[in-house]
Amino acid sequence: MSEHVQRLLHGYIDGELDIVKALEIEEHLQSCAECSQQYKELMVLKSVVSRTTLFNPAPKGLEKRIKSSVRKANQASQPWLSLQLRWIAIAVFLVGFIILGVMIGSRAFNQSQEFTLAREVQSAHVRSLMASHLTDITSTDQHTVKPWFNGKLDFSPPVVDLATQGFPLIGGRLDYIENYPVAALVYQRNKHDINLFIWPSGNTEEGLRYSTYNGYNVYHWTQSGMTYWAVSDLNPDELKSFVELVQKNFG
Amino acid sequence: MSQDRSKISLFEETILPHLDAAYNLARWIMSNDQDAEDMVQEACLRAYKYFLGFQGTNSRSWLLTIVRNTCYTWLRQNRAQELTVELDEEISQIETDIFNPETLLLNTIDQQLVRHTLEELPVEFRELIILREVEELSYKEIANIIGIPIGTVMSRLARARERLKQSLIYGMEEGSNE
Repeated sequence: MSEHVQRLLHGYIDGELDIVKALEIEEHLQSCAECSQQYKELMVLKSVVSRTTLFNPAPKGLEKRIKSSVRKANQASQPWLSLQLRWIAIAVFLVGFIILGVMIGSRAFNQSQEFTLAREVQSAHVRSLMASHLTDITSTDQHTVKPWFNGKLDFSPPVVDLATQGFPLIGGRLDYIENYPVAALVYQRNKHDINLFIWPSGNTEEGLRYSTYNGYNVYHWTQSGMTYWAVSDLNPDELKSFVELVQKNFG
Repeated sequence: MSQDRSKISLFEETILPHLDAAYNLARWIMSNDQDAEDMVQEACLRAYKYFLGFQGTNSRSWLLTIVRNTCYTWLRQNRAQELTVELDEEISQIETDIFNPETLLLNTIDQQLVRHTLEELPVEFRELIILREVEELSYKEIANIIGIPIGTVMSRLARARERLKQSLIYGMEEGSNE
């Protein structure tokens, strides 16, 4: 029996031969006893290695374990880029207010000017959507983050970690608003990021003001010569708790 | 994010129906339950990672390819000695009538013996038998999963079956001599 026919026999049994070759093999089997015997033994072999005798189904619980590990992997790879885009958008949103503060100096914001500014900031936001990072210095240690700003800012922002109160410090970032460098401290609460922008306030003194912009909650105030803006998609109650903690610690 | 939730549910709908097939293949390649589970878990994570790049229609073959690669990568690093086999060696043909269907009663081939004999086969032969006989994949699908030409599938399968038959005959002869 030729090796060639040997191999083709397997293809024939598996239904993988084209019609021409299949007919050739069938014809051959009718006249060749040896191949015919081989064919019968192959059929026996196939019957004992069937799915019914050899299949191992997945153990109970494996599906659940895989579902949960897939979800964990999904959380671990949060799309950082889109988060950064959001923060750049907010930073640019604030450009308007800071520009105003710089231009007007110690005068309070005018309501209609705020409105015009908001519109200007929106178009500036669309133009400037370039994201690269949420933090320049990633550390939960306030004694690492605070000195990091030395030499980058002409003021030293107060930094405190509020992890024990549920608002861990994630890190810090140097942000620029109309060429004016400001400190951005990044905190987190239940996967919501909070940006706390800080810069010297000059002569202005302002009590706590709350507003929303495009669904984001914003608190701003001045304290001990610094202006603070806290921005987050965190709900206003929890954001206010954060603000009060900051105010207490930065006394 | 709803975008992630829909990726997860699409992944689960597409891939999880093939979990049994994935585990079965891994179990036969790895030869024990725990390793098989570990490999399937790792393979599913990789499948999820590359899921958005899966453009094909045959998700079972795609998953089995990943499972197979995951298993072999691990084996190469941890049990390399299992992978060295001369697939071209001459199979000693035992002259016997024992496999003749006319003289053989099917229920005399013990299921345990079949499993044991399969486990003793070189892994490259074993996986081929599993993919063809248990998963009932076509030569083309098998060729894609293993990464060999279709012609090689047929000739390697012929050798695998011949080896299995000879080993079974040997096992049955041993049994009948007791």
